[in-house]
Amino acid sequence: MSDERTHEGTATAAAPEQSAAPTTPAPSHETRGPRPGGRPGGGGREGGRKYFRRKKVCKFCVEKIDSVNYKDVRLLAQFVAESGKIVPRRLTGVCTPHQRRLSVAIKQARNIALLPHAGRA
Amino acid sequence: MQRTYEVMFIVRPDMPEEEIEKLISTLESQVSSTGGTVKNVERMGKRRLAYVVRKFYEGMYILLTVEGGGQLIHELERRLRVTEPVIKFITVRVDEEQKRMAKIKALRDAKRKAVPQPAAEPGTETAPATA
Repeated sequence: MSDERTHEGTATAAAPEQSAAPTTPAPSHETRGPRPGGRPGGGGREGGRKYFRRKKVCKFCVEKIDSVNYKDVRLLAQFVAESGKIVPRRLTGVCTPHQRRLSVAIKQARNIALLPHAGRA
Repeated sequence: MQRTYEVMFIVRPDMPEEEIEKLISTLESQVSSTGGTVKNVERMGKRRLAYVVRKFYEGMYILLTVEGGGQLIHELERRLRVTEPVIKFITVRVDEEQKRMAKIKALRDAKRKAVPQPAAEPGTETAPATA
């Protein structure tokens, strides 16, 4: 155990953390700790199904669209499924503040019959 | 106390044009009589509705941009509710949003002015506004 610590003390910063919560359970054959699958990059943790989701960028952040209006149906319709449901953010890659505004705008548009309410299925 | 609102309402599609104009002018006069101003009237034309509203499949969309207080909108909405040809309406308050947008735009313009100054040669220094 102490051998591992001296090896990894130089490599990574927090030595006690390595022994406390290693991603590989017991085997000390690999002194390098983290396997690539254990730490997904930007997508957030899934249950271990896929390693990496290709990094989805928020469309609004990239194109610098700031105000999401309920009137531009074409923009809003990209984030609405065929059934009329709002697509969750993990599928579209929208960032949280923009998803909130988008959701408000979609609901307003539904109110004024520019977008359908969730219909079939 | 000057808030900006957008009132969008749908008029039934079988209404003749003059009736719609009459309705809009009635609303405008009501707005100005209670101390507000109508900034803009946009007739977005006949559109297909996303779902059936009072047995109609299409409607004439009209967008009013109004400046005034809350009471004004209260009255306006009451009137819209009572008016028979209007089948749906929504009021959205937009002054906060406009303020925010103006702030972001100002920030962005300030950044754009600050950046090209050291980069560009001082030959053209008359603040090239990248429109």
